[in-house]
Amino acid sequence: MPFIPDSEEQVTRYSRHILLPEVGGKGQQKIGQAKVLLVGAGGLGSPAAFYLAAAGVGTVGLIDSDAVDLSNLQRQIIHQTPDIGRPKVASAKAKILALNPSVAVETYDMRLTAENALDLISRYDIVVDGVDTFPAKFLINDACFFARKPLVHGGILRFDGRVFTILPGQSACLRCIFKQPPPPGAVASCQEAGVIGALAGVIGTIQATEVLKLILGKGSLLTNRLLDYDARETRFRVIKVAKNPRCPLCGERPEITRLVEHEPEVCAVRTA
Amino acid sequence: MQVTINGKTEEVSGSTVLDLLKAKDVSPQMVAVELNSKMLDRDKLGSTVVKDGDAIELLFYMGGGA
Repeated sequence: MPFIPDSEEQVTRYSRHILLPEVGGKGQQKIGQAKVLLVGAGGLGSPAAFYLAAAGVGTVGLIDSDAVDLSNLQRQIIHQTPDIGRPKVASAKAKILALNPSVAVETYDMRLTAENALDLISRYDIVVDGVDTFPAKFLINDACFFARKPLVHGGILRFDGRVFTILPGQSACLRCIFKQPPPPGAVASCQEAGVIGALAGVIGTIQATEVLKLILGKGSLLTNRLLDYDARETRFRVIKVAKNPRCPLCGERPEITRLVEHEPEVCAVRTA
Repeated sequence: MQVTINGKTEEVSGSTVLDLLKAKDVSPQMVAVELNSKMLDRDKLGSTVVKDGDAIELLFYMGGGA
């Protein structure tokens, strides 16, 4: 049920939002009516879920097929030691409800696939990419294009992170830059190469901020701009990109006209 | 000549974008190249000549998230 900030408890809970001219009571109401899908309840999904729930996003969808593993806890802060072995979506749902009981949490203990992606994504207003593999990132990019849903893309590896917001058909998409995923096994994953845990917090939190700006219709989004963060050198860079007329998905002569799943990466197969 | 690569000014010898990637030991498959704010198609890397003052962005895949 969408939340309406009418009770005293709600006004107090969101008072620091309501004070902002960019939010106010009306903006807070918009947040309460928004439906956001988090694909992946891991490193990026954890902080994004926490901040979106704290912000009072009315409906948070979580899709992830994994169970909590001890090696996740270094960065996936929505999961805790007693959660080991529990489905990630169940673990995340419990934390979200403890933080903010008025959030409607919808969980999907499954993988996003070419078969279920469009149906699932079309039920939400905004999608957050918190997945770990290139085939999944491209699947989300394509599904959001076909469903015409805004997507906040994020990626982390070692000490590097990236955020990129996509308004399908209007701004550059992932395929405008990278036409296709890298060859299987060519780029290391977090499992192989490692990742500094706190980086997930930085990138996931920027993703949550982009979502809130999308809901509010305020500020400048990271559309047509890649935000790259080098945590080792503490350097943020914004790289301008543009919609590519030769993009195989959203260009003038699209080659991709339906959802396809790319081959899983070699490393993803090995660790499945 | 001088070009800007990922925001840093570098001295490079005149050649194509593909030569520049080779000199930096970057596989063309692993990177998207933006030349003066325009995406370069991968099959144009070998025929695009780098000129003095060019701004080049090497955009690497960033895959993780979990």
